Amino acid sequence: MNIRLDQATLIHANGNRAVNAVSCEIAEGERVAIIGPSGAGKTTLLRLLATALRPTAGSLSVLGVDPWRIGRSALRRLRSRIGMVHQAPPIPPRQRAVTAVLAGRLGQWPLWKGLASLVYPVDIPGARQMLARMEIADKLFERCDQLSGGQLQRVGVARVLYQQPDLLLTDEPVSAVDPALSDRIIGELVREATTRGVTLVASLHAVDLALHWFPRIIGIRGGEIAFDLPPVRVTDAMLKELYASESTVVPTQDNLPLTVQSPGVRRKPMCS
Amino acid sequence: MSTKARVFAFRDPAALPRFALTALVILLLWPGFRLTEFDPGLLFDARNREIMGKFISTFFPLATSAEFLQLIWKSTLETLAIATAGMTLALLIAVPLSLMVTRSLSISRIGPGRGLLAGRLLRLPARFILMFFRSIPEIVWALLFVRAVGLGPAAGVLAIGVTYGGMLGKVYSEILESGDTRSTSALLECGGGRLTAFFYGMWPVALPEVVSYTVYRWECAVRASVIMGFVGAGGLGQQMELSMRMLNGGEVSLILLVFLLLVVFADAVSAFLRRVTA
Repeated sequence: MNIRLDQATLIHANGNRAVNAVSCEIAEGERVAIIGPSGAGKTTLLRLLATALRPTAGSLSVLGVDPWRIGRSALRRLRSRIGMVHQAPPIPPRQRAVTAVLAGRLGQWPLWKGLASLVYPVDIPGARQMLARMEIADKLFERCDQLSGGQLQRVGVARVLYQQPDLLLTDEPVSAVDPALSDRIIGELVREATTRGVTLVASLHAVDLALHWFPRIIGIRGGEIAFDLPPVRVTDAMLKELYASESTVVPTQDNLPLTVQSPGVRRKPMCS
Repeated sequence: MSTKARVFAFRDPAALPRFALTALVILLLWPGFRLTEFDPGLLFDARNREIMGKFISTFFPLATSAEFLQLIWKSTLETLAIATAGMTLALLIAVPLSLMVTRSLSISRIGPGRGLLAGRLLRLPARFILMFFRSIPEIVWALLFVRAVGLGPAAGVLAIGVTYGGMLGKVYSEILESGDTRSTSALLECGGGRLTAFFYGMWPVALPEVVSYTVYRWECAVRASVIMGFVGAGGLGQQMELSMRMLNGGEVSLILLVFLLLVVFADAVSAFLRRVTA
């Protein structure tokens, strides 16, 4: 089992119970979308998987090990195998795109290589290739504060592609990007996960994207799993109930009404 | 719900603490002013005005003999050298210590994971060293080092290095903490090391502020080297002490003019570096 959560609970310092006794298993190579209203605990759940937060109660294992039972250097090695695309790309504005992308491998590089790359980028072709996959290869040597929001978001994705992680996590990676581009970015992440056979867990705000690209949908509300189903079995009523606290309509790209099932998605046998 | 209760429910909950804090600050300031016998009226008293005027009038005309100017030129270079060498030493002390005490660069903080206590225990002595270095005024350090390495600029360099190392270390770590630390955290969370996370995540964010503070401290070091000149640590300060002892106001005012020019110069350097690093 690649990821296993066993009654994992996370209570933030302010007493807010963000994730409440969640148990779930995700196999290697699975592609899972997490949907739910804002404040449901999507980000916290992903941060638990990213080993950025430690569960208050319960346990989890990521890539086959419990991150909070292993030594410091083992934990660092584990973290270097986990890639996270953040909602707001955590890239300093003054940094150049090439440096921001190469930073993806800092966990794998020895210290001297990381420092040498600041003097002269050590892998320009590698960075260019990842930016090319995001269709912004021409921005290689531009400073990130010169880029538009969508371009910056793609630099963030290119960084994680360059990292080549064994577990790919994305936290609302396309919430600030227009629909056509969102589709291409999610498509590229899915292609990366399928060709390399790695696990992809993505939280998404737009339900249509989740239903279109992912064979497994986990709906969460109030820090608990509401449903865990393949997209063909997710019904309108389930979605309405999931988003009941937020609005009367289910959020989609451009707020277009949700069309029933995308034809590309086939029912898949589930293991959980 | 009555009108009164509704108004209360929508009142800013932060208003009362803010008001209380302001009142407390004023209450604490008042005895401070009494204690220091601060009375601006004294400045405008006729007799005091006359005495001040007499003192200032001894500063003119400025001493402009070629011999003295040459002496001042040499001392100015010496002062700049003391300040610059002292700042270099200060950086050597401040940079490693500030990287140690900066909490955002701690890997064990995430989670928190293993080694959290060890990290905290290690940060404590580092903080204490910084505090110790800056708690003792540079003039006291200078008096100590004059005894160790003898009269001359070397004592000034050591004194500035130690005191300013403490100040820079504290302020650097505060600048690093106050900037946007999300990029640093993101790098640490994907396995990055402390030093690389600093250079890739914090350095680009904090650079302009670090540079401008460093240049400002260099400017302060120029002034500090003057005070230390009085205890024999060389430079313009020593020259000023001689001129004051000989009651030569013209020479003192020329040296003050040189200070003004140095501050203007430092300001220009700072503005230039800020523009380059922005």
